[in-house]
Amino acid sequence: MSDPVTLTTDHPVQAAATPPARGRSRRLSDRWLTVAFISPALLLLLAMSVFPLLWALYLSFTDYSATRGGSANFVWFENYTAILTSAQVHMRALTTLIYVVGAVALQIVLGFSIAYLISRRTNGRGLLTTLFLVPMMLSPVVVGLFWKFMLDAQFGVINSLLGSLGVGPVEWLTRQNTALISLIVVDTWQWTPFIMLIALAGLTAVPKYLYEAASIDRASEWFRFRTITLPLVWPLLLIAVLFRAIEAFRLFDLVYILTSGGPGVSTETLSFHVYKVAFLGFNTGTASAYGILMVLIVIVLAQLYMRYLNKLKED
Amino acid sequence: MAVSVDKTVSTGPARGRTSPARRTSGRGRSVLEIALLTVLAVVMLFPVLWMIETAFKENRDVYAIPAKFFNFTVTLDHFKDVFVDSTGRSSLSTAFLNSVVVAGVSTVLATVLGVPAAWAYSRFAVKAKKDQLFFILSTRFMPPVVVVIPIFLMYRQLGLIDNKLGLILIYTAFNVPFTIWMMKGFVDEVPAEYEDAAMLDGYTRLQAFWKFTLPLLLPGIAATAVFALIFSWNEFVFAIFLTSSDSVRTAPPAIAGLIGGTTVDWGLVAAASVVFALPVLVFAYLVRKHLVAGVTLGAVRR
Repeated sequence: MSDPVTLTTDHPVQAAATPPARGRSRRLSDRWLTVAFISPALLLLLAMSVFPLLWALYLSFTDYSATRGGSANFVWFENYTAILTSAQVHMRALTTLIYVVGAVALQIVLGFSIAYLISRRTNGRGLLTTLFLVPMMLSPVVVGLFWKFMLDAQFGVINSLLGSLGVGPVEWLTRQNTALISLIVVDTWQWTPFIMLIALAGLTAVPKYLYEAASIDRASEWFRFRTITLPLVWPLLLIAVLFRAIEAFRLFDLVYILTSGGPGVSTETLSFHVYKVAFLGFNTGTASAYGILMVLIVIVLAQLYMRYLNKLKED
Repeated sequence: MAVSVDKTVSTGPARGRTSPARRTSGRGRSVLEIALLTVLAVVMLFPVLWMIETAFKENRDVYAIPAKFFNFTVTLDHFKDVFVDSTGRSSLSTAFLNSVVVAGVSTVLATVLGVPAAWAYSRFAVKAKKDQLFFILSTRFMPPVVVVIPIFLMYRQLGLIDNKLGLILIYTAFNVPFTIWMMKGFVDEVPAEYEDAAMLDGYTRLQAFWKFTLPLLLPGIAATAVFALIFSWNEFVFAIFLTSSDSVRTAPPAIAGLIGGTTVDWGLVAAASVVFALPVLVFAYLVRKHLVAGVTLGAVRR
């Protein structure tokens, strides 16, 4: 990354080979054009993403409160130590970990299975893919609301279906141990198509001749899967997994609508807890420190994501 | 990658099996696979179908125990309630209109800012290009609930709280990284030689971009804009924290607001959700060729 020269050779600028434009006095140089085209976008990002984060970084060292107003006193790392040593935060971190790992693992297994099954079909592949993708395109608000209705303990359709199988009503969203499971199930329902889509892209990209060569060698199905399919799809799948992990980590809307963190605090993820500290507790300084720590985690995950992405592109 | 696979395959076992037996087991497996796929498809689609069904049900059928799957009375009342109420136009329809304005304007802005930047990144030597591009993408990964804290304070100073312009700005900022990454892929596919040739004919670089490259990019721009539109349309976190009044609120917080009271009109929630989701599904269908790139923020391309 330190050597910009090697990065820019794909489209050599041939300005030097171009004769001067005839009769055009206002000819912009490529360099000027680059600045003019890139800087508006970068300025917007600086104003709307970098500046707010820097402000949050400043606030994280103070005891500022958005409602109390007044001056912000520097407390240095007090907010950070308070958060990192808080048992409450540790609990939220564990909840988040269970949620992220549970949801992403389920999505990989289901998504890859569906993609594999679809890739083995010759007819109706397009239609099947389109149908499976519907949940992913819906807004988390719609998904959250609708599952809340379906999981309702009294008149929800899920309990109605279970009832006809002789299973008693389950209080999906109002019991400590089922609420987090419900959250994982709903997230899995919405995002399995994402893994499926990417796995399918990988599976259809596997060259046919490899399978043909393998079947000439009479390799078993499992052997073919393990030695051809999986190694070729895995890099792409890894990217999908990291992407989903980041998204699941920053998820807020589904929790907000489905359970509001309850019952008790059993479904309070870190994102939701930050919101409570910031907008219900009004401890802006503490919430900023909390947020900065979350941003650090996201940055680490994003770096991993981009590293794998680079690797994939170079191959 | 392919090389290593070739090697492992050529050393593979060559165990013989009688072929007729294999064929019948293959057919059995095929039936099993189709059955499995059908079950999975039903499970995945059931919630969507249930939502559509609920939107057309009368209230007493909505809350029926056990749930009614087929024999219910069809009504359009809930859809009527989405658009009109006793005072004339419902607050939901205002919210839909706000969503159209906010999503539309922010998409246009993100396209206008992002497409030229993507072209410049694709064509020219830029210092630390890769680092810049990664920085741009990483702004998109920030947790919205964290970003919204300083944005809230910033907007309070600027008077942009409960203001459509505020939402438009933040949505634009969230869509610009996506637009740049997605469009850079499309620009990379257009040979730079077209512009070089045009410049040999006496056009300036800018004219070459405008007259020759841009028309070729139009389908890509359309696909990118559709994804940006969907992101803004579906966005909830910024909308709920940065707006409050009915005249500014977009559809997602307005629909979520329907379950705030003591009794919830689930028929209305379902109808509003259907009306809200329908355009997204139509648009997503139009750009289905680019879905992989779209949902990975332009990072993964086939």
